[in-house]
Amino acid sequence: MKVLRTYPDKCITCHNCEAACSKLYFKEDNPEKSCIVINEELYPPEMTVCNQCGICAGVCPTLALTINAQGVVILNKSLCIGCLMCVAACPNNSMRYAKGVYNPFKCIACGICTKSCPAEAIEIETA
Amino acid sequence: MNRKLIAEFKYDLAPVIRGYNNRSLYINLSTNEIKQKPVTDLMIDKFVGGKGFDLYLMWHGVKDDTKWDSPENEICISFGPLCGNTSYPGSGKSIVTTISPLTGIPVDCNVGGHFGPYAKFSGWDAIELQGIANEEIIVYIDGDRGIVQILSAPDEEINSHILAEELVKEFADDENKYQFVSVVSSGKAADNVLITCLNFSFWDKRRKVARLKQAGRGGTGSVFRHKKIKAMVVKYSGLKVDSNNPVDVETIRMRGLKLHREIEAGDDTQNRMHQVGTAHLMEIMNDYDLLPIRNFKYGQAPEAEGLHSREFKQLFTQGMPDGCWFGCSLSCCKGVDNFEPRTGPYKGQKVCVDGPEYETAAGCGSNIGVFNARDVVEINFYCDTYGVDTISFGTSTAFAMECYENGILNKERTGGLELTWGNADAALELLHQMARGEGFGLIVGQGVRKMKQIFAEKYGADPNFLQDIGMEAKGLEYSQYLSKESLAQQGGYTLALKGPQHDEAWLIFMDMVNNQIPTFKDKAEALHYFPMFRTWFGLQGLCKLPWNDIEPADNAETDEPAKVPEHVQNYVDIYKAITGKPLDKKTLIEQSERVYNFQKVFCLRMGKGRRIDDVPPYRAVGPVTEEEYLSRQERYDKQLKEKIGINPEGKSTQEKMEILRNYREDQYQQLIDAVYDRKGWTKEGVPKIEHLQKIGMDLPEVIEVVKRFI
Ligand code: SF4
Ligand code: SF4
Ligand code: SF4
Repeated sequence: MKVLRTYPDKCITCHNCEAACSKLYFKEDNPEKSCIVINEELYPPEMTVCNQCGICAGVCPTLALTINAQGVVILNKSLCIGCLMCVAACPNNSMRYAKGVYNPFKCIACGICTKSCPAEAIEIETA
Repeated sequence: MNRKLIAEFKYDLAPVIRGYNNRSLYINLSTNEIKQKPVTDLMIDKFVGGKGFDLYLMWHGVKDDTKWDSPENEICISFGPLCGNTSYPGSGKSIVTTISPLTGIPVDCNVGGHFGPYAKFSGWDAIELQGIANEEIIVYIDGDRGIVQILSAPDEEINSHILAEELVKEFADDENKYQFVSVVSSGKAADNVLITCLNFSFWDKRRKVARLKQAGRGGTGSVFRHKKIKAMVVKYSGLKVDSNNPVDVETIRMRGLKLHREIEAGDDTQNRMHQVGTAHLMEIMNDYDLLPIRNFKYGQAPEAEGLHSREFKQLFTQGMPDGCWFGCSLSCCKGVDNFEPRTGPYKGQKVCVDGPEYETAAGCGSNIGVFNARDVVEINFYCDTYGVDTISFGTSTAFAMECYENGILNKERTGGLELTWGNADAALELLHQMARGEGFGLIVGQGVRKMKQIFAEKYGADPNFLQDIGMEAKGLEYSQYLSKESLAQQGGYTLALKGPQHDEAWLIFMDMVNNQIPTFKDKAEALHYFPMFRTWFGLQGLCKLPWNDIEPADNAETDEPAKVPEHVQNYVDIYKAITGKPLDKKTLIEQSERVYNFQKVFCLRMGKGRRIDDVPPYRAVGPVTEEEYLSRQERYDKQLKEKIGINPEGKSTQEKMEILRNYREDQYQQLIDAVYDRKGWTKEGVPKIEHLQKIGMDLPEVIEVVKRFI
C-alpha cells in the first residue's frame, strides 16, 4: 500500500506542500485546492491528508472511487457526479472540495509535495 | 430484439434552464402522434412543476366522465424543477398521476428510480400518455440523440424484475453504460386486477441488477397495461452536478454537504435508514400500539417480534450506498440479495428483492397475521414483479381474511383457499392467481370497495359490517397505521385527496403521543400546514424522507420541531439556487395550496371530493367488534369516564361501544368542520370561490366546476 506519511513534529508550516499540490493539479497556488492541508493554528501543526482507508469508495453511488493495485483510492472524474457524499463519509476530512470545482479531490500519494518539503515532514511510504 | 418502429419523433436537444425545459412531451398511443408542447408561464407560475404539471395537463386531457379505461385517460409523469440535482439528498423523484381505477379520481404517486431525472435531462418537464395502442408497445426516449419512438413489443415478458433488466441491457450502449438507462414497467397482475403499481428502475452497479421502486398507489399499473404499454425506457448519459443549470450551484452543493454530514453523524442513532430503511418503524409502531394487526383490529401483538427490524436487517445486504437517486446519502432502499422464492413461477431462482419497506412489512405481514420476515420478502417480491401495490394488497387481503374468519367467505367461495390469518401460502396463491388471471385472486385484486359490494350482493353479508371493517375510503385502501387513537390522523387519512395514504399528513405522534395539537383548531392547523408542506415535494420532484427522517442535532430546541425548520430553510434555499426565483417559507406553502385546491376541484369534477366522500370506515376510528373493545377495555372505559362523562360500570360492552362510537364519530365530524374552515372550504368540502381567488387558483375552468357544487 502506498500512502503519504506525515510527521507533524518536523513540519515548519511553510505550506510548500500545499502549493506544490495545488499547482500540479489545479495550475494555481491555492491552499483551498490542495489535497494536503496544514493547519498552523495547532501545535504541532495538524497535517490532514488521505490515509487511503477506502471508506469513501464504499459510499460512492457511481463507483467513481476505486482502490488501485497499490492500495491508493483513485477518483474517476468521468463517472463522478459531484454529489459530495464521499466528502461527508471521509472520517479524516481528506476528501476535499472547493468552490467552483465540481468534483472532489484527494491525495493519490503521487509524492510531488514531498519534494517541496524542506523539513522531511512528509514522505511516501510503500508497504 | 425484433422490434417494429411504429412512430418516431425527433427533437432538438437543449440544456435545462434553471430547472426547467419549458416543454412537455405528448404521446397519443391510439393515433401514434408524438409532439412537444410548450410549458407556459401560467403553468410555471400557478402549477410550479411535478404533480402540478401532471394535474394541469391531465385536466385538459380528460373529460368529466372519463373513466380509468377510457382512451382519453392519461398517465402523466413529471419531474419538477429541483428534480435531478445530484447534491441535495432525495432529489430524484418522478410524480405519476392518472384517473385511478380504484377511486375514479386523480391519484398521484411519488416514486424514485432514475427514470425521472433522465427523462427530465432528455428534455422534458412532463410526459403525457394518452390513448390505447393497437398492439403491445414500448415508448423509448433517447435523451442522448433527441429521439422519441414507439416500438412494438411482441416479446412475452411482462413481469418487471425480468423485463426491466432485459430492456436495460437492450437499450444501453454497452455493458458499462447500464446505469444510463431506466425503465418503467408493471407486471402480469396489472392485466387482470386493479390494485396495481408501476415499477421505476435504477441500475445498481454493485449488485449488477435493475432495482425497482414503486409508484404504488391507486392502480397506475392497470391503466398502463390497459394502454398496452409494456414499458417506457429512457436513456441519458450526460448527468453532471449542474445539469439543471442552476443559478447558484455552490449553495446547492453546500446545503447538500451539510445534510450529508448530518446523516453521517445522526442516522445510526436516529432512524437507521442506512441499516434497515423504513422497516425501523416496525418495533416502534408495535410498541405504541400503532402497527396494524389482523385488518387493523389491534395495534400491537407479541408475535410482531418476528417482524422486528433486526429480522430484516439480517436479510438486507449491509453497507451499500442504497439511494434511489444519486446523491441521496439517506439511502433508505434496502435489498435482499440472492433470495430464493419457495412458490410461484420463480421458485428456487435467485432474485434480488427491493425492500421490504415498513408499509410492506406491516401490510403484507402483521396486518394479515404473517409474522415471518422471509414470507414478507416473498410477498414483496411477487407484488413488485407482478405489478401489485403492496399496501392495497395487504389491506385487501386482510379484509378478505376477516371476512373468512366471520364466515362471509369459506373455502367453497374462495375456490379452496383457506384465508386464515397468517396463511402466507394462501396470500401468495392469491398473488399468483392475480398474475394468471384466475380464481379468487381476481376478486381480492379488485380492492376492498368492490369486494364489499360483491360480498353483500353475492353472499348476503351485512353491508354495514363490511363498511365498518373494510379499510378503504374513496375506493383506495388505507396505508398501514392504526388511527383509532389519533383523531388528527383519522382526518389526515380520510381527507387525503387521493384516498387514505399517509403522505399528506402523519400526525400520530404530535397528536396522540406528544399531545402537541390538543384542540380542534390546533389539529385543523396541522391538517392544513402538513398536507400543504408535503405537497411541495411532489411539485419539485423531491423525496419526503430527508426532510424529517433525519433531524439536525439541535432540532428539538427550535420553535416548531415537527416542522424541522432548518430543513425547510434548506428547501427554500435550494429552490432559489436552482430556479433563481424568490421564495420564502410562506410562499412555499402558497405554491402548494394552489395545486392542492386545483386537485381538490379536479376530484369534484370527476365525481368525488365532497364531505360524503371523506368518511372513514369505523375501524379507522374506533373498535368495531366486542373483541376489539375488550382487548383495550381499560383504555376505552377510561375514555367513557373522563372524556364523555359516563360511568361505564353496569353497562354491557355493546352499550359502551355504542356510546364510544357516537362520541368518536361526532368528534370526527367536528374535526372535519374545523379543517374545512381552515382550508377555505364550505361545510360540504367545496373550495370557496373567494378562497380560490385569494390564493390565485381562480382559473375560469376551475371556477366553472366549483359553481356546480355551490
Ligand atoms: S479520502 Fe478519506 S475516506 Fe477516502 S481513502 Fe482517504 S482518508 Fe479514507
Ligand atoms: S462526489 Fe463523485 S466521487 Fe464522491 S461520492 Fe459523489 S460521485 Fe462518488
Ligand atoms: S430517502 Fe430513500 S426514497 Fe428518499 S430519495 Fe433517498 S433513497 Fe430514495
